[in-house]
Amino acid sequence: MYDIKAIYEAKTIKDASRLLLEHKDAQIIAGGSDVLVQVREGKRAGKELVSIYGLDELRGVKILPNGDIKIGSLTSFSCIIGSDIIKEHLPVLAYAVEQVGSPQIRNIGTIGGNTCNGVTSADSASTLFAYDAMIEISGMDYERIIPISEFYISAGKVDLKEGEIQTAIIIKKESYEGYFGRYIKYAMREALDIATTGCSVNVKLSPDKKYFEDVRIAYGVAGPVPMRAVNAENFIKGKEVNEENIDSFANEVLNDVRPRDSWRASKAFRSHIGVVMAARCLSRATELAGGDVDGRL
Amino acid sequence: MSLGKSIKRIDAFDKVSGRCKYTDDLCDKGAYIAKILHSTIAHGRVLNIDIEEAGKVEGVVKIITCFDLKEKNYFPTAGHPWSTDVSHQDVADRLLLTEEVKFYGDDIVAVIAEDTVSASKALEKIKVEYEEYPLVTDPIKAMEDGAIRIHKDYPNNILSHTSIRKGNYEEVIKDESLIKVEGWYETPPVQHCHIENFICYAYEENGRIVVVSSTQIPHIVRRVVGQALGIPWGKVRVIKPYIGGGFGNKQDVLYEPLCAFLSTQVGGKLVKLDTSREETFVATRTRHGMKTHIVSYLNKDGKYIARKIEVISNQGAYASHGHSIAAKAMGCFPQLYPCDNIEADAYTVFTNRPVAGAMRGYGIPQVMFAVESHTDDVAKKLGVDKIEFRLRNLMPVGYVDNFSKNVNYFDSFGQCIEKAKEYMDYDNRIKELENQTGDVRTGLGMAVYWYNTAVWPIALESSSCRMILNQDGSVGIQLGETEIGQGADTAFAQMAAAAIGVSVDKINVISVQDTDVTPFGTGAYASRQTYVGGFAIEKTAREFKEKIFEYAFKLTNVPPYMQYMKDGIIYRTTDNKELISLEELSKEALYSLSDSQHISAQQTAQIKSNAYSFGCCFAEVEVDIKLCKLKVNKIINVHDCGKLINPELAKAQVHGGMSMGLGFALSEIQLVDEKTGRVLNNNFLDYKLSTVMDHPHLEARFVENAEPTSVFGTKSLGEPPVCPVAPAIRNAVLQATGVGINELPLRPEKVFEYFKGANLI
Repeated sequence: MYDIKAIYEAKTIKDASRLLLEHKDAQIIAGGSDVLVQVREGKRAGKELVSIYGLDELRGVKILPNGDIKIGSLTSFSCIIGSDIIKEHLPVLAYAVEQVGSPQIRNIGTIGGNTCNGVTSADSASTLFAYDAMIEISGMDYERIIPISEFYISAGKVDLKEGEIQTAIIIKKESYEGYFGRYIKYAMREALDIATTGCSVNVKLSPDKKYFEDVRIAYGVAGPVPMRAVNAENFIKGKEVNEENIDSFANEVLNDVRPRDSWRASKAFRSHIGVVMAARCLSRATELAGGDVDGRL
Repeated sequence: MSLGKSIKRIDAFDKVSGRCKYTDDLCDKGAYIAKILHSTIAHGRVLNIDIEEAGKVEGVVKIITCFDLKEKNYFPTAGHPWSTDVSHQDVADRLLLTEEVKFYGDDIVAVIAEDTVSASKALEKIKVEYEEYPLVTDPIKAMEDGAIRIHKDYPNNILSHTSIRKGNYEEVIKDESLIKVEGWYETPPVQHCHIENFICYAYEENGRIVVVSSTQIPHIVRRVVGQALGIPWGKVRVIKPYIGGGFGNKQDVLYEPLCAFLSTQVGGKLVKLDTSREETFVATRTRHGMKTHIVSYLNKDGKYIARKIEVISNQGAYASHGHSIAAKAMGCFPQLYPCDNIEADAYTVFTNRPVAGAMRGYGIPQVMFAVESHTDDVAKKLGVDKIEFRLRNLMPVGYVDNFSKNVNYFDSFGQCIEKAKEYMDYDNRIKELENQTGDVRTGLGMAVYWYNTAVWPIALESSSCRMILNQDGSVGIQLGETEIGQGADTAFAQMAAAAIGVSVDKINVISVQDTDVTPFGTGAYASRQTYVGGFAIEKTAREFKEKIFEYAFKLTNVPPYMQYMKDGIIYRTTDNKELISLEELSKEALYSLSDSQHISAQQTAQIKSNAYSFGCCFAEVEVDIKLCKLKVNKIINVHDCGKLINPELAKAQVHGGMSMGLGFALSEIQLVDEKTGRVLNNNFLDYKLSTVMDHPHLEARFVENAEPTSVFGTKSLGEPPVCPVAPAIRNAVLQATGVGINELPLRPEKVFEYFKGANLI
């Protein structure tokens, strides 16, 4: 038995905004795989809920005429994993969301919910950061699009103002074209687990595959919100593809990440695996991009 | 013959189709809901409880606080047979609700409401004032002089300390030529993680109280509810339907007494108490965390000359099964690798942690981790082959234990190890794995164990069985031993069919135990069901057949001693002539106008023997040194548990135990905040029970040496599969990296500490 004060079902995106403006304390619910857990824990007990789960216009993956990829916020993880567009252009995102929970959770959980929940450990978040994803937001009579790095404000808090819902996640063509990526979820179990740390890297090599033209690396659980390791990225850009540079890049990450000590894992341990993951992600992504990393995997 | 065949579980279809009734399915939906307010301090005293606001919550029926208990009936909770000898009785230290808080999560108030939301809202509005005392969660600190005392009658918080002495350890170790190996090994408290949380409901009927409970031990629950409520035991009726696992947690009386009491406080109305997963983690029972210290002295020939073990067992806040677990753990040590000079000590120590009780393996998985890790440490120090070393030093064939009178009849260790080696392609693989370098290395490890079967001579072993003949020649059987998911009912059906002489489909095992109806038995625990239940079945079947043959004598004039029964047909021994079918006989017996009889039999079998069970685990583990991650790629358990009644069910038992062993080895630990005593990971997200994705293929094989003391040749299998898994995995990591990790679980953060210490990373 759940302690829910009332539930309102939005019929359209505008309707959702109206309901949210009418019920200022209401919580948006999509698949419910986070919200219902929070209600049960008492964190969101006794609240009004506005369900947007019936808004089919928010589902699906498509390529826009300009080549950008648009993922509706209500698209389930399972649908992302199965999407031909994602498989072809953003395989690393498919892999990342395949690490979420279990088949049941991936069927009900949505990528919009995953990002709006505002937690640093979300499996989709580090890869979306690494792809410079844009977040599409709809208000009562307007739309706005912001970079994902601005969407996350602090732990559990995202940039959704009164009456706003997130409607889509957009990956620009220039962000994915020519890039190859790798995500490692470091967790204590192979399923049904939260990331101790997540690391997503994508890389674009020079035409001769000898130099790193661009590298983007993002972490989950290396700080209160998902984050990019900017120092490391700047270090590696333009450098030659070799093992030594990859190792230096990985160590450079320590100038960016801010892991903390908690009972779940110590700072020393998180820092150590953060470095190992950076090296392994970049090596693998480089290999996928056709680079030669001294025969190492 | 029905024995040794892998027939389908008799409850398989109902369980798979969801038709089986568990406690919650049976409870009327109009039941009142009880919820417990658990303390938010670990040690102290409740000064005041304000329930005014909580009482105003709509739907709240009644709130009972620890101050409302008029009589203080301290009761024990361990699922042990009652002892009529006062000195052997379990410690009675629990109250229904308590003012004296001893762990974070202790029970102080109960709310009865019309629904769960009202009950939960009321809990939030209850205000409690405490006086706080210092707390101690570590058993070694709790034993120190000056440590805060948790129970007034137990100085240094030691619930009990027992010892074994043999030879003269102190004198012998003066020989300076001996090689000394010493180690500390630590295992954490873990939880059973049965799928069905603890649940019960209670109501009054005709001046008696009925409790329906998810328990392994209905007849013991009856006794303890009587003790806790201060009412005659016969006034209590306990019913046990199908249960969703117990693994020892439900071998304790949990909230049945409180639920029964709450019903009496609302006029005997139906009250349901369904614990949440969080409560199951904190407020039921755990496995005892243990710290074990082992010192071995060996001569130059690699023979144990003197050995010492100290086991320190963390009891948590209340006695529950208490010292019996640490004592059993210690007791396995001198027998596994017999040695002339032994010093063994076991301490069970109270701390302000959640209460530890019975859990599959009853102390042996903990101490076997220590003993078998140590065995590899010894072999490494001596530079000898770890398997040859074991075979030279293990309990020899013909060994007799003076206390239990157990006999090691066969070369079970040698046979089990041989089978495991063959599966692992051990001799080739160990050579391939020599001299590895690099970030990812693979190791092969192994460990052995021995395990008892029943509880004799520590405690009573008694089992009763009833058989009734139905109109059509089918047979209903009842036992006090319970089906808890392990497949006991199916094994009982197979044994009863064999003992009576009918086919298995003619046996109807009445699965539900009802203490008003079911013959007395102490329940499901130890690994005793087929062993002890087998005696009761065989003895009852003898009486049952005697009565059948008597009746057949009247019908056929063939004397009973010239009859035998096979597949439901009674034959004459002299010429195998078919006399009468059991179906015809039963119809005649019931409906006869001249001699109507309902043929039935009931017998109690008391068993004064026990049996050694043996086996081993081999594991191949891949170690990603930089990522501090372990992956078990191949694993096998081989058991000599005597004759198999149902091979597929036996394998299933082994798979479950290996799974539990893998979690124990790699990921499971109950974490407690040392400052507050609060359990940090009271849920399945943070408590890392392994998922199906974390399991390698689990290979289970058997050596079937018929146990001479057992009526069906069986001995223990329920608990043994857990025992050797963790040390086998730890030893594989040792083999791969040279680093012996002596603290379970081998979770990445711990692996990181050890690898860093060894300069591997």
